[in-house]
Amino acid sequence: MKAWWKSGAPWIWLNGGAVTISMIMVFGLILLILVRGFGAFWPHAVFQTTYVQPGTDPVPILGELRRSQVFTAEAMRDAGLPIPQEQALVTRHLIKMGNRDVTGRDFGFFVADFLDEWVYPEEAAVLERREWGDFYGTPVRLLERGNPVVTDKALWPEFKVRLKRSNQLYDEIRSIERGAIGRINFAIERVRLDRRRAVLRDTLTPEVEAELAQRRARLDADYAVLEARLNELYADAGRDSIVMQVADGSEVTIRLADIVKAWQPNTMSVFSKLGFYLGDIKDFIFGYPREANTEGGIFPAIFGTVVMVLVMSIIVTPFGILAAIYLREYAKQGPLLKTVRISVYNLAGVPSIVFGVFGLGFFVYFVGSSIDQVFYPEALPAPTFGTPGLFWASLTLALLTLPVVIVSTEEGLARIPSTIREGSLALGATKGETLWKVVVPLATPAMMTGLILAIARAAGEVAPLMLVGVVKLAPTLPIDGNFPFIHLERKIMHLGFHIYDVGFQSPHAEAAEQLVYATALVLVVLIVALNLSAITIRNHLREKYRAESD
Amino acid sequence: MRESQSTVTSMAASLFAENTRSVRAISDEDIAITVEDLNLFYGDTQALKSINMTIPAGRVTAFIGPSGCGKSTLLRCFNRMNDLVDACRITGRINLHGEDIYARGTDVAELRRRIGMVFQKPNPFPKTVYENVAYGLRLQGVSDRRVLDEVVERSLKSVALWNEVKDRLNSNAFGLSGGQQQRLVIARAIAIEPEVILLDEPTSALDPISTAKIEELVSELKEKYTIMIVTHNMQQAARVSDYTAYMYLGKLIEFDDTINVFTNPSEKATEDYITGRHG
Repeated sequence: MKAWWKSGAPWIWLNGGAVTISMIMVFGLILLILVRGFGAFWPHAVFQTTYVQPGTDPVPILGELRRSQVFTAEAMRDAGLPIPQEQALVTRHLIKMGNRDVTGRDFGFFVADFLDEWVYPEEAAVLERREWGDFYGTPVRLLERGNPVVTDKALWPEFKVRLKRSNQLYDEIRSIERGAIGRINFAIERVRLDRRRAVLRDTLTPEVEAELAQRRARLDADYAVLEARLNELYADAGRDSIVMQVADGSEVTIRLADIVKAWQPNTMSVFSKLGFYLGDIKDFIFGYPREANTEGGIFPAIFGTVVMVLVMSIIVTPFGILAAIYLREYAKQGPLLKTVRISVYNLAGVPSIVFGVFGLGFFVYFVGSSIDQVFYPEALPAPTFGTPGLFWASLTLALLTLPVVIVSTEEGLARIPSTIREGSLALGATKGETLWKVVVPLATPAMMTGLILAIARAAGEVAPLMLVGVVKLAPTLPIDGNFPFIHLERKIMHLGFHIYDVGFQSPHAEAAEQLVYATALVLVVLIVALNLSAITIRNHLREKYRAESD
Repeated sequence: MRESQSTVTSMAASLFAENTRSVRAISDEDIAITVEDLNLFYGDTQALKSINMTIPAGRVTAFIGPSGCGKSTLLRCFNRMNDLVDACRITGRINLHGEDIYARGTDVAELRRRIGMVFQKPNPFPKTVYENVAYGLRLQGVSDRRVLDEVVERSLKSVALWNEVKDRLNSNAFGLSGGQQQRLVIARAIAIEPEVILLDEPTSALDPISTAKIEELVSELKEKYTIMIVTHNMQQAARVSDYTAYMYLGKLIEFDDTINVFTNPSEKATEDYITGRHG
């Protein structure tokens, strides 16, 4: 035993154990997110049954099984459920029944013992709607302008054809509303601001006035054309509707224009389910959110996160690197420098919400308002930069991650062997020439390491962002086709905040749960992707400056 | 030890028998550098004590002595490398062709262009072979490709490296072997045509074959440059140098023709050192 202690084996076991536990935790977390996140889009089978709890009216059910839990019968009896005394355990199912607008109850817990036999009707269909969540029912007939068209076996194929047409119309409407009309609104606002600016500068001559009016008139005319086209499309899209029978036998009419997609899960093969599944993931990643973010896609949040991290990198890299070079190469070593360095290092330990408050108070309200007064007086009192937005969010995060970049760069600079510097100086290079031609290139891998750490920290940060630019729902993306293309003053959506919002602020917690896992998965994948690209660049640099640099 | 000592002395005698011009009889125009009463302090410790010597032009001068005797420190005084050390203070004069290099207003970068240096460990830059050699010229603002090409080729040829690297001028200099790197560094130094080349133990990190190549190179380079070499290896000093300075505890003990130092030292301390009785 003593020999075993002396051999150092206990230390190896201890260290190995620590590594193992860390790995298990990391992989467990990733596995959980993967399973829940990827499982969210699989089309589950739909069953029909009746819930007969003694002493209450039978409840007809059409829906899909979400989750099952086992409880002790004791607890259920305490909750007032008539469970027989001899039973020890009770299974409880969470069933998604949809039809939020019809029954007001889209999820329900049911004790397995009181459920009738489950049947899987072939014609049972799920409709994903633009509002009110999913709809579960069986199709009865297809209506065109209120008149029945098909009722028999051909109903579903015909319905799919018409749904496709309806969706194409919808896409056209969206592209006009978001694209063309968005551009016109932007231009009209521009005209208004130009006029206001002219007033403020006292240059509103009759010619300018006339020119502005002409521009406005042109835009109005364009708008009128688009509006007419839109009305036409709306009328066209409202042509068809489908009558569905719900679980209790009553009939509900749904306009095709309100349906995103429809499927009959009980008739689908594994392959068609797989195709549907992949399509669903695509819609999730590239789609826009609906219904207070609990349905639809998360594209604006992905886009906002990426743009914000990139802008943050562009800000933090030069500042961090220049500061580190000054601290390491030029500043006179002494108590003052020591204080500065300790302050910088400690900045990394300040709670991020403090940075958020600082960003709001200093950047947004002070710097932003000043910018507005100097550069955007025509838009006042509506703030341009004097309100939370992309730029301030990025700047706040840059401040938050600055210490990381400074520390890594300083360490990189310190690792450059003095012989390399001396070699350059001995050839008649000045200190500055040596620094920029030899030392800084050698330290680039270390700078990239700093940036990687900064990205990892920034992409996962949420708390400060809520104060300085991230919102639940941003009407426009921060990059679009309108000049100047990158709109740094716009508010953005962010995956981290999206998770918080959908998971904990939404009224339909059950419906949103899977979306939260899926969003978390996307966020993790995104951070990994951002890091991998930075690591690739760093490895490339290391290869270039290998040997003594590391 | 005795035996090897006798080989060294006989070798020195045979190699430099034709070298008749003694260090005591150098005329003024043959002097490259004079050192006058040089003292150097690191904080409170004095590392060099009242050094006086004249370095002949176009010759190889070797500095020998035990570790910590100040020979590298002295060498680094000649191109003011000691300026980089914060607590370093120097009194006295070093004159390069009559001008004091420590005078106020001296352009240190310009001085280092005239007095090149090669270090103990090969220290190529993280650049291509070509850019390593062209570095000094580029610093001087030369960007004409023809001029650069010519200088790079000439420099690499004069260190006998051209044939080995001419096909990989554009690959990273770190890919070369240690001996090749050290010759590349010498080529880099002579590309800017300095007047003096300082070699600080240039072969201590190299294998015997590379060492032999560098020594051969030093003998060739003295045709054009004044060379000062610090070495721990007494055979090397005997082989390559015309004059040898023996230093001990920051003092210059003896400075004479190499053949005299190794065969007939005038100081007892020098004799003890070269015969291995030192310490």
